[in-house]
Amino acid sequence: MQVITAFIAIASGVLVLGGYFFPALAGVQTLLLNWAIILAGVAAIVGILNLTSVHMDKIRRGEKGSAYSALLVIGLAATFFFGMILRPQHNVMQMVLNGIIVPVEAALMGLLTVSLLYAAIRLLRRRTDMMGVIFLLTAALLFLGSATLPFGDIPLIGTLIRPWVSQILALGGARGILIGVALGALTTGLRVLFAVDRPYGGT
Amino acid sequence: MIQTFLPLVTILFAALLLVAITLWKRNSPARLRDIPALTRLYRMLGLSVEDGTRLHISLGRGSLLDARGGSALAGLATLRIIAERTSVSDMPAVASSGDPLLGLLTQDTLQAGYQAAGVDELYIPTTGRITGLTPFGFAAGAMHIPQNEKVATTIMLGHFGPEAALLADASDRESLTIIGASDNLSGQAVLFANTQDALIGEELFAAGAYLGAGASHVASLTVQDILRWLVILAMLGGAAIKLLGTI
Repeated sequence: MQVITAFIAIASGVLVLGGYFFPALAGVQTLLLNWAIILAGVAAIVGILNLTSVHMDKIRRGEKGSAYSALLVIGLAATFFFGMILRPQHNVMQMVLNGIIVPVEAALMGLLTVSLLYAAIRLLRRRTDMMGVIFLLTAALLFLGSATLPFGDIPLIGTLIRPWVSQILALGGARGILIGVALGALTTGLRVLFAVDRPYGGT
Repeated sequence: MIQTFLPLVTILFAALLLVAITLWKRNSPARLRDIPALTRLYRMLGLSVEDGTRLHISLGRGSLLDARGGSALAGLATLRIIAERTSVSDMPAVASSGDPLLGLLTQDTLQAGYQAAGVDELYIPTTGRITGLTPFGFAAGAMHIPQNEKVATTIMLGHFGPEAALLADASDRESLTIIGASDNLSGQAVLFANTQDALIGEELFAAGAYLGAGASHVASLTVQDILRWLVILAMLGGAAIKLLGTI
């Protein structure tokens, strides 16, 4: 069985990769990618069932925080039920989206700001090395340089240092990191293509 | 023509190097530079089994259908080793993800780790979880795990944006060890500020080699180094040619 799954995975990978270079394989590539998109849709349903089963399990065992789990399951069931009846475009469903989901995500975004500020304050306690100091100083300089102040840009910081740091140092470093990530992704992909790593099961 | 086939030649060259170096590395011990985060991760694997504490491995929300798939696959390869090593622990490792396809593979990989350790019957399907399908939904769902499930270490390997700060903060409040790596620049910056030892850039893809996943993982690092030098030479060469052209 493992040999068959590995064969299917390798063949699919080679065909999809080949589609980028050989026009004759473009049709097969599109077909396989469309199948993958359909499978991703089915996986979303499986994911929701997984989420439900994890939280149902928590409720059943009365674990810490099970009240939140109950709230999640009730919310999920209600949204699904009314969404099926009313359809997602209905005003009530749009109200649920715009009145609950969007504000909650925005609140988390706000929380993130506080969390990042707290992390920056604690950085030097956690990391008392040169990189930590450079990280904080750079962040402070960029904030000062891009802040909207009543008297305009801070001389030197806003007009010279910030653009130089963000457009030369940071951009160069970011490109270097992204090249490294791309090379890592390439070798990881090759290992999967050779079936050395098999995330689809098997040992 | 060159633009079309240069990537193909690069892939074939990398594949050839990977095969050759894997065969070579099989017979020679790996010599790897010290990466504090990965040394800590290696130590935490043993400690979690001895102490009866849980590891939480979060694989982020990298979709396998786009460019973020590389980091997701690297995270899965690491998860496979962690699952195998910690499968006999009283508190099995929990894995979370924010993408449905990645979630399915997470469960499959966890099960494969248990099978490899010969304790298939100990596998619990709910240890592989999809905690949410949007960035903040995923983070909010994953934040519960370090707070409520006797976790000792949170390991974040995969595609994370700034939302990683929420998960790292939740783990920090419980005084957990946090090891983080992302292929996203914002995520990396956030993890650098929030973790004791962050993994930067391609170090995310080195975890397998440091955890003893085999010769192919060590060979991958050598191939990356060779390709990196080629990229550096190409950039310097290109700059030199352009400079000479303007003189």
